[in-house]
Amino acid sequence: MLYREAGQFKTTYVADSAIFPLREDRIGLAIIILGAYALAFLGNSFLLQAVMIPFLVFSLAAIGLNILTGYTGLLSLGTGAFMGVGAYACYKLMTAFPGVNVIVWIFVSGFFSAAIGALFGLPSLRIKGFYLAVATLAAQFFLQWCFIRIPWLVNYNVSGALDAPLRTLFGIPIIGPNATPQTRYLVVLTIVIVLTWIASNLVHGRIGRMWIAIRDMDLAAELMGIRPLQTKLLAFAVSSYYCGVAGALLVFLWYGGAEYDVFNINQSFFILFMVIIGGLGSLIGSFFGAALIFILPIVLGIVLPAMFEPFGISVAADVIEHLRFMIVGALIIFFLIVEPHGLARLWQIGKQKLLVWPFPY
Amino acid sequence: MIDMLFKVFIEPFLFMVEAPDLLIQTLWEGLVSGVLYALIALGFVLIFKASGVFNFAQGIMVVFAALILVGLYEKGVPAFLALILAALAMLVLAMVVERVVLRPLVNQPDIILFMATFGLTYFLIGFGELIFGGSPREMITDQLFLPQGTTEIDAFGGSIRFQHLDIAAAIIASIMIGLLAVFFSKTRIGRALRAVADSHKAALSVGISLNQIWVIVWFAAGIVALVAGIMWGARSGVSFSLQIIALKALPVLILGGFTSIPGAIIGGLIIGIGEKIGEFYWGPLVGGGVETWLAYVIALLFLLYRPQGLFGEKIIERI
Repeated sequence: MLYREAGQFKTTYVADSAIFPLREDRIGLAIIILGAYALAFLGNSFLLQAVMIPFLVFSLAAIGLNILTGYTGLLSLGTGAFMGVGAYACYKLMTAFPGVNVIVWIFVSGFFSAAIGALFGLPSLRIKGFYLAVATLAAQFFLQWCFIRIPWLVNYNVSGALDAPLRTLFGIPIIGPNATPQTRYLVVLTIVIVLTWIASNLVHGRIGRMWIAIRDMDLAAELMGIRPLQTKLLAFAVSSYYCGVAGALLVFLWYGGAEYDVFNINQSFFILFMVIIGGLGSLIGSFFGAALIFILPIVLGIVLPAMFEPFGISVAADVIEHLRFMIVGALIIFFLIVEPHGLARLWQIGKQKLLVWPFPY
Repeated sequence: MIDMLFKVFIEPFLFMVEAPDLLIQTLWEGLVSGVLYALIALGFVLIFKASGVFNFAQGIMVVFAALILVGLYEKGVPAFLALILAALAMLVLAMVVERVVLRPLVNQPDIILFMATFGLTYFLIGFGELIFGGSPREMITDQLFLPQGTTEIDAFGGSIRFQHLDIAAAIIASIMIGLLAVFFSKTRIGRALRAVADSHKAALSVGISLNQIWVIVWFAAGIVALVAGIMWGARSGVSFSLQIIALKALPVLILGGFTSIPGAIIGGLIIGIGEKIGEFYWGPLVGGGVETWLAYVIALLFLLYRPQGLFGEKIIERI
């Protein structure tokens, strides 16, 4: 009823190829963004700190990996390490140049991660598929070793951990122990929206089409005049940029300090799972995937005890963690078999059904 | 600068010549872990050859098999019965995987199947921890009549220690590898496996049951995982961190090529020895702990030069 294509005529090519061709979609997006900002003032600090901030951070990392794996078809298992590079670079820049605003450094730290990512992406010209996955494992283990063994990265701090010094924006603390969840949420939300908008423009433009051409058949793409090396390295660099920014946000705006272990191989896998479940090659899917994988354990933690405690069975926290692993694993297999395009495809089907409702087609 | 170059390129070699006993000791340790890497890698190769699936879950299968064995023994089951039951559990796992994961995904791109094995890995991690708990356990070495203790041989101006367990591990792994090689080349099932590896369609058309072959192959890989689990478990305890060791089989495969059994063995030895030598002689220069990534970097550099591995078939692509 409300969601109809009828009466919206496209008179220009630009209008026809817009990302959101329907007026209703644009209105819906505006409502979602406004709602997200309104949440900062309506939601309590638990919701913001424990659900919304990590959800946005993981969404950003998932977008990064989706650019590489979903759009360019290069499987990477080093996401966690690339996030770590961003976090450590941000820490070094932040402490070395305290005068410059930290928001600048969050964006700049992504470039360090991009450079490292492009370096480890070099073998991608000659190898692909699981060979490349093993090559990115080299990045994962090597970089994690660097985080442990190079004390310079944490300014020779005895604990070996990253901490968040106090940093402000317009006089309001956004990083450090004094920053409220509300301000941190607003900062993360704004960064994620800006970067998602840029990513959307990238993947819908010439560069994105080059990536997709490489994914669908690299030899054919090469014959059409797309340079594989530059395109693949660009995908690695952009992907690592997003992961690096996500890593910096993860440490400084969510945890408020972290050790190297945050960027371990399990982190890489969980972000890959977000991409697979959300939908390979879909930006909105990255948000869905992050929501499902991240919010699942929180929901399990609330639902399972509520279900079993009346019967006198207590559910321990580690059981929930194990169940999370099992459910995530089973979901991966389920989605690969039933809906290889993930939640994003279900969303699309849903929208299509809504458009033609009440008719079947 | 010169000093640095000296430390990297000359000093380690001088040290090798000065103390040959330490060199032999390091080589031996590298050899043993190399054989064990090869054993894990063999599980990957088996499945890859027959079903084209790169089974990432092989590592967790090693842990899972060892955990079932130890867990059953702790419940009071005699050791050898536990061993048989663990093997049966691997058979059940193979059948379930074939039915639930492989059959619906037949004819999908390789990378989809690869990612499905990630799902399998996480499922098994959660399942294993749920049943057996996450705490590390001791492998039942005595009950399985695995030898313990060490022999010291005085030679090369020092004494070299050989753990009996390591010797047994190397021998058992070699026997396993030999048996599998015979199984692959001489038996009827082995020929069927090779036929499936060559072409699924052609194999089906001459009456080979794909489903049956997959169960057999996953079962064989499960048995290899059980043996590898016993051996690694005896060396470093049974825990989920074994899975990280099992990931080392990936660079081994890259070196050896995905389809070659001799490649897996030689790749395993190169990685095992290279890693130990690198850690012992060059590790201190950068603060130690290089073992965690050296294998991957060796494989990475190797990939740039020869993407199909030492014994792999040349990759030919067609449009």
